[in-house]
Amino acid sequence: MKRRHLGLRLSTWAVLLFLHIPIAIVGLYAFTTESSAFTFPPPGLTLEWFGIAWDNGDVRGALSLSLRVAATATVIALILGTMAAAAVWRRRFFGREAVSLFVVLPIALPGIVTGIALRSAISLGRIPFSFWTIVIGHATFAVAIAYNNVAARMRRTSHSLLEASADLGANGWQTFRHVLLPQIRPALIAGGMLAFALSFDEIIVTTFTAGNQQTLPIWIFSSLVRPRQRPITNVVALFVVALTIIPIVLATRLTRNTEGTSG
Amino acid sequence: MTTSAVTLADVTKRFGDVVAVDGVSLDIAHGEFFSLLGPSGSGKTTCLRMIAGFEAPTEGRVLLHGEDVTGLAPYQRNVNTVFQDYALFPHMTVHENVGYGLKVRGVSKTDRSPRIDEALDLVHLGGFGDRKPGQLSGGQRQRVALARALINRPRVILLDEPLGALDLKLRHAMQIELKSIQRDVGITFVYVTHDQEEALNMSDRLAVFNLGRIEQIGPPQSVYEAPRNEFVAGFVGVSNVVHAGLAEALTGRAAPFTVRPEKISLYVADAPPADVSTCDVSGTVVDVIYLGMFTRYAVEVAHDTTLEVVRQNVEAPSQDRGLFGATVNLQWDRDACRYLSEGSAENNQGGTQ
Repeated sequence: MKRRHLGLRLSTWAVLLFLHIPIAIVGLYAFTTESSAFTFPPPGLTLEWFGIAWDNGDVRGALSLSLRVAATATVIALILGTMAAAAVWRRRFFGREAVSLFVVLPIALPGIVTGIALRSAISLGRIPFSFWTIVIGHATFAVAIAYNNVAARMRRTSHSLLEASADLGANGWQTFRHVLLPQIRPALIAGGMLAFALSFDEIIVTTFTAGNQQTLPIWIFSSLVRPRQRPITNVVALFVVALTIIPIVLATRLTRNTEGTSG
Repeated sequence: MTTSAVTLADVTKRFGDVVAVDGVSLDIAHGEFFSLLGPSGSGKTTCLRMIAGFEAPTEGRVLLHGEDVTGLAPYQRNVNTVFQDYALFPHMTVHENVGYGLKVRGVSKTDRSPRIDEALDLVHLGGFGDRKPGQLSGGQRQRVALARALINRPRVILLDEPLGALDLKLRHAMQIELKSIQRDVGITFVYVTHDQEEALNMSDRLAVFNLGRIEQIGPPQSVYEAPRNEFVAGFVGVSNVVHAGLAEALTGRAAPFTVRPEKISLYVADAPPADVSTCDVSGTVVDVIYLGMFTRYAVEVAHDTTLEVVRQNVEAPSQDRGLFGATVNLQWDRDACRYLSEGSAENNQGGTQ
């Protein structure tokens, strides 16, 4: 008994280490006193890179762009995703299953395909690259995430709740506000957080739709080519990790907690 | 002439090629407890949903208190529904659920509260206001659903098999309670059920549905005692159908009739002398079912006809199993025979054989 457990435990640890040592290294070298070389162990630890990163105009510009893009793409995704999910849930129409598939397809599609497709579409339409072209690129997969979450929640919501609300005198808006929205709220929060996290660290689609602007992941990628002040890159990478992990953890916790009460 | 509370005027509902309701007309009076009784798929729930406004009729009109509401949305109609699955809002407390109708109509919180308490008291749920629906039993949820409808003081309440999910004992208790609440508040109740016993003991009048049509409308006594056709006879209560051939031998009239099991007397010895006012036949007991208060016998009187007879267990009936296989004499009053209208006897499904 014990021995078998030991084997399992060892392999679990091996997998965890394999997955997370690279991230730990990024974390560790965000504090190193060396500016370009990597020696192990680091000759000394310092917090100065955090200050330097914070004062770096490029970093701040990229951070602000990434946050604005992620927030905008998330809002668009929640609105469109909820509307699509509601349509598929409430009505039976020709091509209903196909709509589900086509909404979710961008997640399955390789980012590079989405990126190329968007780039061709953008240049065909002679649309200048801007904040909005990045947002549109991110919205493609963010909508799918929002849709999936909301649709799953709606499937577990009885239609008779909406009928009861209308029956008791509520108009369409009141029914949405007082009955449907509270029902799907956990799905909106979870879907929104996941969409935000994915948008925030997205790089492939962004390379095709960004023009000259740099989101945070693109800034990291481009600064790897210039190995000056590498610890700054590590600091920024660490920040991206934190900003994407926190929402994902919250989102999973949220969906797990509501599982039992939705009945 | 006073206008009816609910009127369906020649209403038809089609879902694609399926005709769910086929030319139904009925009038429900103010303050009436009216049941729509029928097997599943007979169109009774669709009729209820058309009164509520969840479905629009394909043809025909729906009137509430003389006003044509055919084109109105559910929230524009002064009716409230108690749903089969209760449809309580799971994220709201009992208090909030019951107050919902007032809230969306703009009644202030301070005005709502006493009315909510009053409605909860009416269904004996005072003190449960802070619970969530998930913390209530089936019977309690049922009461919340009723209170949520009653509080709006609608002129009609629609109930869609509201007791279907409750166990037998609770059902009986709720039947009595529903009826007494209805009597107290004086609101018209339209009640959908497939349970004939429920329809008989609660309704002022009932409509028997079959295949999207109404087979018979009337008070429970007349529907039970004088079923118009074989379907009604078979669906409402247990019924013995005697086909034309045997009927001619018994009554001299070659028309099929039904006779209720409790109207037939069973004699192990000779029956009292037959005369023109009685029907007499003998047969073999092919089944004996002891049911506590009474015993049910199946007596084969012809190769294609078995009559069911119910006998109260006045004496200790333990020996009656001994009647199995015995030849017995049956006698009943000729007035107990209900002749069936020929037309609808052909498309019947539920007649006892």
